[in-house]
Amino acid sequence: MAKANTILSVKDLVIKFDLRGRVLTAIRGASLDLQEGETLAIVGESGSGKSVFTKSFIGMLDQNGWVDSGSIEFEGKEISKLKSEDEWLAIRGKKISMVFQDPMTALNPLRTVGAQIGEVLELHRGMSGRVAEIATVEMLERVGIPNPEMRYKQYPHEFSGGMRQRVVIAIAMACNPRVLICDEPTTALDVTIQAQILDLIRALQKDFNFTTIYITHDLGVVADVADRVAVMYGGKIVETGTAEEVFYDPRHPYTWALLSSLPQLGIKGQPLYSISGTPPNLFNEIRGDAFAPRNPRALKIDFVEAPPMFEVSPTHYAATWLLDPRSPKVEPPAAIAAMKAKYARSAP
Amino acid sequence: MNGAEGREPLVEVRGLRVDFKMKKGVFTAVKGVDFAIYKGETFGLVGESGSGKTTIGRAIVRINQASAGDILFKGRRINGAIAKELDREVVQKIQMIFQDPMASLNERAKVDYIVSEGLYNLGKPLTEAEREAKVEKALLEVGLLPEFASRFPHEFSGGQRQRIGIARALIMEPEFIVADEPISALDVSIRAQVLNLLSAIQKAKGLTYMFIAHDLSVVRFITDRIAVINKGEIVELAETEELFARPMHPYTRALLSAIPVPDPIAQRGRKIKIYDPSVHDYSKEGPAWTEIASGHHVLANRAELEAYAKEFGL
Repeated sequence: MAKANTILSVKDLVIKFDLRGRVLTAIRGASLDLQEGETLAIVGESGSGKSVFTKSFIGMLDQNGWVDSGSIEFEGKEISKLKSEDEWLAIRGKKISMVFQDPMTALNPLRTVGAQIGEVLELHRGMSGRVAEIATVEMLERVGIPNPEMRYKQYPHEFSGGMRQRVVIAIAMACNPRVLICDEPTTALDVTIQAQILDLIRALQKDFNFTTIYITHDLGVVADVADRVAVMYGGKIVETGTAEEVFYDPRHPYTWALLSSLPQLGIKGQPLYSISGTPPNLFNEIRGDAFAPRNPRALKIDFVEAPPMFEVSPTHYAATWLLDPRSPKVEPPAAIAAMKAKYARSAP
Repeated sequence: MNGAEGREPLVEVRGLRVDFKMKKGVFTAVKGVDFAIYKGETFGLVGESGSGKTTIGRAIVRINQASAGDILFKGRRINGAIAKELDREVVQKIQMIFQDPMASLNERAKVDYIVSEGLYNLGKPLTEAEREAKVEKALLEVGLLPEFASRFPHEFSGGQRQRIGIARALIMEPEFIVADEPISALDVSIRAQVLNLLSAIQKAKGLTYMFIAHDLSVVRFITDRIAVINKGEIVELAETEELFARPMHPYTRALLSAIPVPDPIAQRGRKIKIYDPSVHDYSKEGPAWTEIASGHHVLANRAELEAYAKEFGL
């Protein structure tokens, strides 16, 4: 039921990895529709599958990983079965670009930043020589690098962390992509620089009209950038909704736990709400709701059968048995209720 | 925990300067800072990367040498050449918890050795049974099982490894712990566990903490007082809620404006301030470290102090 302006549609995606003969299921049936022009944030902890999930959109799974079942449709075309590098190159870097967490490892330390941006223009847009150089300088200027003509000839080590991330963004933007995937783009940066980078991506999105996917564990960043939020846990999307719906009216117990454990919502001098245990081992078969063993409010059925996605509103879905009409009424933790009440007061 | 006056300082830092010799001359990471940490409090040191916050922490535990100034522990100077007994006492009483639990534990040693290694430096030989008992107690205190002692670090998750790092500090029975970004490398759901553990241990043992961090939202939750450091200088120091209510130095304001809060509506209305050092006009008069309100210090000259006083009606 992809809508007319759905640019990317993922259905029941299963991704597995072979690790020395043992099979790990990293993505266990995740579905997601991306609307053109929106900013979607995928939230999850390490091991939740958020990076693997998005890497599969550009054919960048590690050698030992594969799409086991399900589909990924980009601009109406099935791409999960693409095999050759040539086919992927028509998409990766050209239509879907990625900004990685650590700008130092994303850049080649032995080449000037100008050459690294120029390379993309040459490969994907057939520019060369002076034309590519002018376009590169323009790109550097557009991402807020002062003295672009001079900076063009410099190497990555001559840039600060924030400036390096701007270079990485310039490379990602060089082909005017339709979708920009930002994988923890500010985790390696200071907070003041982080705010500037997020603003830059927002401004570029306005000018160039692309669709953005953020992958992050930082709920502050999510609140800053996202129109819509998808929460991942144990290789599945457990809740999606608009930023307001997920922050002020979350329904999945994992989303409750994640939000309530934030120090910003804690009361000084009292223990923070904390999630016991550790995320599931993805080598094992997971029965029922993957979060159930860590969920103090888990129902019996959570350990037996995986919950389907229930509709809360046409934009808000959550995979929890609590939304089944037969479920007993379970109240969210106090911090969540407080957030909801605060929102109700501030909303017009 | 209000009111710093009349309280007993446990650690005092006076005019601390730390220089590093570089290929091209000398780099001064810490440019003469002064502060005191009171017994039983959690003191936050907040700044961005390169600000010198970690260097100050490392100077207090004496990993980095102080180039000038004094560091006092219970009134006695502990930097530079000191008596052997005092040195042993400091080794025991001041402990550090490091940022990255993946990097700070010896991969080739068992947890048993990692946790008890510090005990070998105390010059008091323990019997094997005494040592094992201490390891068991320390592991239990941080919520780990005693049988973990025979395992290697790689068998543990990030959160468990940070607990091992905390056990290694606790076994020394310290009075003061420098915690350098102890939760920033951990997953969101694990952070709360470790923060709660640190608070519980502090309450139970009456410990004093220095909490070094870049994330003001965590620091606000856990600290009693905060010092904000920029480029090797402390620019402002106040009780935590006072600092959030009345931030004065433009750098503090920039830092506060940049913290993302998990509240989409608040985020959308946010105005980010960028710190521009040229807003200070120090051509006529340089800045001095001044107590502008009770317990609230700021680095400013007289003109700036007047402006702050006017703005906040002091």
